[in-house]
Amino acid sequence: MSTGHAAPAPMEVVIGLEVHAQLLTRSKMFCGCPTSFGAPPNSQTCPVCQGMPGVLPVVNRRAIEFGIRAALAFNCRVNDACRFARKHYYYPDMPKNFQITQYEEPLAEDGYLEIDVDGASRTIGIQRLHLEEDVGKLLHEGTLETAQASLVDYNRSGVPLMETVSKPDLRSPEEASAYLKAFRAVLVYLGVSSGNMEEGSLRCDANVSLRPRGARELGTKVEIKNMNSFRNVQRALEFEVRRQAQALGAGERIVQETRLWDADGGYTRSMRSKEYAHDYRYFPEPDLVPLTLDRARVAEIRAGLLELPRQRRQRFVSQYGLPQYDAELLTQSRALAEYFEAAVRELSQPKIVSNWIMSELLRELPADDERAIESSPITPERLAGLLKLVEAGTISGKIAKDVFQKMFVSGEDARVIVSREGLTQVADEAALGAVIDRVIAQNPKAIEDYRRGKTVAAKALVGQVMKATGGKANPGIVNRLLEEKLSQI
Amino acid sequence: MLTEKTIQELTAAYRSGETTPTAVAEAYLARIAKLDREVGAYLTVTGEQALEAAAGAAARYRAGAPRSALDGVPVALKDILCTRGVPTTCGSKILESFVPPYDATVVERLRAAGAVLLGKTNMDEFAMGSSTEHSAFKLTRNPWDPARVPGGSSGGSAAAVAGGLAAGALGTDTGGSVRQPAAFCGVVGLKPTYGRVSRYGLVAFGSSLDHIGPLARDVTDAALLLRAIAGADPRDATCLTAPVPDYAAALAQGVRGLRLGLPDEYFIEGMDPEVERAVRTAVDVLRGLGATVERVSLPATPHALATYYVIAPAEASSNLARYDGVKYGLRVAGARDLIEMSSRTRAAGFGAEVKRRIMLGTYVLSAGYYEAYYGRAQRVRTLVRRDFDAAFGRVDLIVAPMTPNVAFKHGEKEDPLSMYLNDVFAVPADMTGLPAISVPCGFSVQGLPIGLQFIGKALDEAGVLRAAYAYEQATPWRARRPSLA
Repeated sequence: MSTGHAAPAPMEVVIGLEVHAQLLTRSKMFCGCPTSFGAPPNSQTCPVCQGMPGVLPVVNRRAIEFGIRAALAFNCRVNDACRFARKHYYYPDMPKNFQITQYEEPLAEDGYLEIDVDGASRTIGIQRLHLEEDVGKLLHEGTLETAQASLVDYNRSGVPLMETVSKPDLRSPEEASAYLKAFRAVLVYLGVSSGNMEEGSLRCDANVSLRPRGARELGTKVEIKNMNSFRNVQRALEFEVRRQAQALGAGERIVQETRLWDADGGYTRSMRSKEYAHDYRYFPEPDLVPLTLDRARVAEIRAGLLELPRQRRQRFVSQYGLPQYDAELLTQSRALAEYFEAAVRELSQPKIVSNWIMSELLRELPADDERAIESSPITPERLAGLLKLVEAGTISGKIAKDVFQKMFVSGEDARVIVSREGLTQVADEAALGAVIDRVIAQNPKAIEDYRRGKTVAAKALVGQVMKATGGKANPGIVNRLLEEKLSQI
Repeated sequence: MLTEKTIQELTAAYRSGETTPTAVAEAYLARIAKLDREVGAYLTVTGEQALEAAAGAAARYRAGAPRSALDGVPVALKDILCTRGVPTTCGSKILESFVPPYDATVVERLRAAGAVLLGKTNMDEFAMGSSTEHSAFKLTRNPWDPARVPGGSSGGSAAAVAGGLAAGALGTDTGGSVRQPAAFCGVVGLKPTYGRVSRYGLVAFGSSLDHIGPLARDVTDAALLLRAIAGADPRDATCLTAPVPDYAAALAQGVRGLRLGLPDEYFIEGMDPEVERAVRTAVDVLRGLGATVERVSLPATPHALATYYVIAPAEASSNLARYDGVKYGLRVAGARDLIEMSSRTRAAGFGAEVKRRIMLGTYVLSAGYYEAYYGRAQRVRTLVRRDFDAAFGRVDLIVAPMTPNVAFKHGEKEDPLSMYLNDVFAVPADMTGLPAISVPCGFSVQGLPIGLQFIGKALDEAGVLRAAYAYEQATPWRARRPSLA
């Protein structure tokens, strides 16, 4: 297919993502060691995850359940039987020098994930989903090539991972980023992964290629690794697309290779080319029997699947009449969405509740941090309680914001704070009348102005009354009383 | 003599007060100290721990509360079974300094039963061999003739039991490594059904072929040892959950009416005529005891050995990848980088036979060769299994020779292929996972033991034990003892 000297054909970007997500099981994939992050090196290990002689793996049933849950949420076909395999390569972070993964018989295949980009919906195919064990971590000064010694921490060795391979259906770095976010939201929603990219609980590799628009054949693909945040995924892919477009524009060939994203430099660099590709010598793991997945159990898991973020977002718009923007923000995590719904059950003013969550609660807590939202010192019931005080006119909206801050610190009920600190609006007409008389007496100039028809002067007087009552005066009553008194002057 | 007693005799003597576990442990340790320089059965002797365990057992007998039929019984362990705090070398330099922080399940169970663990026995490096000559550490001599090999790879365990250096022992059988040395040393060796005994803590060679089994002076002792180590283990996903019967209690049912199949393919050209004669005579004895014998055909047998040498090395190349000098065992100093450290460690730490099998295994799993070798070998394995299934439609047990020849001389089989051929009758039971036993069935003119093999249906350990017991009780062979200096 030669276009000769014609103008370069417009290119189409083709991206596929491989996402590794750490499953939120308490113990590792093949042994009973804990999976928590940040423990002292090698403190969460045993002979099995250290790959000692004679040890055997035992499958973590919970990890299988989590895998099935995710597979169903991604609309995959869960295979009746799946099998683990050994993937061999030598690297000291991998204690057995093989990784137990799934190869020819994965847990699930052929699914899809719907994403929304610029208001349009796209369906991205998912080729396969399988389970495997994570490797350990090497610690050394500088690079492995130049370091005098390297230490190995096997705490992460054997932690359950779920690898999901998308079809090459993504057409731009923005779409890739949207896919990853939607993917993460589903996992976090299902409670199968924390989705924390900084801690490495979610890792993403990308296959990127370009082809002339309309071509059916795929171009030569390049694998991009080491993109450890959503921002970096988009930056790396944008760079790589530019790099390939320039190379192709200059008549060069793309080399099939693995490239590492350098976040500091903002570029990808060649790591290894296909010629040095490993022969992983896969074969079925003889220490584990093939797993037969009980159809009834899979159906049970399907029935128990929670509403997914996309469905919930749509429901928030239709059921509560929320704007798209609010619905999107409130469904960032299951905990937040549940927080919203719990508050609305107490006070059926969805937009007011949404406003308070977006402007006040999310100033204190990240929307996607399940645990933080769940353990918020202000429970949804208490937030509703606070808003009810505003609704009833007991406190002003402004005072309510201060009360919110105090509730967040002390965890107390709004009523307790309001009554202890005397924050109830002053609605006693006699008391307010006295304050107004004093203000009128102290501001002869404003009264003069008012008489000459400058009605705005009355506003300044209202401000003076509010100030004199420490903001607690009921503004409606102040307005009415002031008007009455001024008209009598 | 205390060291001549069977396990059953020992525990009876403990109960009657005729002797004590301590006296017996001391007698064994003294005999090991005196004779093992000559035999070379042990790599490590754990004398102090043995005496401590014996003292505990003695106290239990005094209190009239022994823990099991093995309480106070001195047992040896092949050095491939992990023992907490005791070196476990697999007969290899690469694991010379390895001290496991855990016990294999079988070791745990023996300890729990009150057995007195005497030490760790010599073996072919990583269980790869049929003569124990591939040990990186020492030569083991056949107690019947010091010029000859004890068989292998569990040669140390077989020699220890035959030479009166242990009352019983555990070995492992991946391609005959319990039964072949049992036959060569004139003792009983049992390979149970795959999954009957947990492999947790057995240093893996060929994971789908590795079995742990007992070596004993007689069939009853083998039954007692098996019962102590068999049964479900949550740490081994391939372990079976079927209940463990009282094997010893069911031994005396006889063979009357039992249908035995004699496979044509187990009498091959080039086999030692003395072995063939002894086996055919043994079959006559069984017939005389009331068993019916008919010829059966296991046509895939000739291919079993060839496919074994695809599957076992493939799994071994994977299992042995972890020995890289990073975590435990040998590390050759002075390397400039990781790859050099691992390759120099592996070059220095593994012997020639292990390297040969790692290379074979790496090759057959390579991209482009996998289907042609590993894939096809697995299909042949299915055929071997089908042969047995078909035969078991007509007969209850297979009876056959254990080996084509008696124990050979040290250095006699230098060509790896002729060494491999020694296991031609042993390998099918490993490939199929079926239970099999070797029981002594006579001696060659030169006075070397010959083994008779029974192979049973899956989980029919009771069947093979019962037939072996009936044969043993009808013949005088077990009374004969090698005369060690």
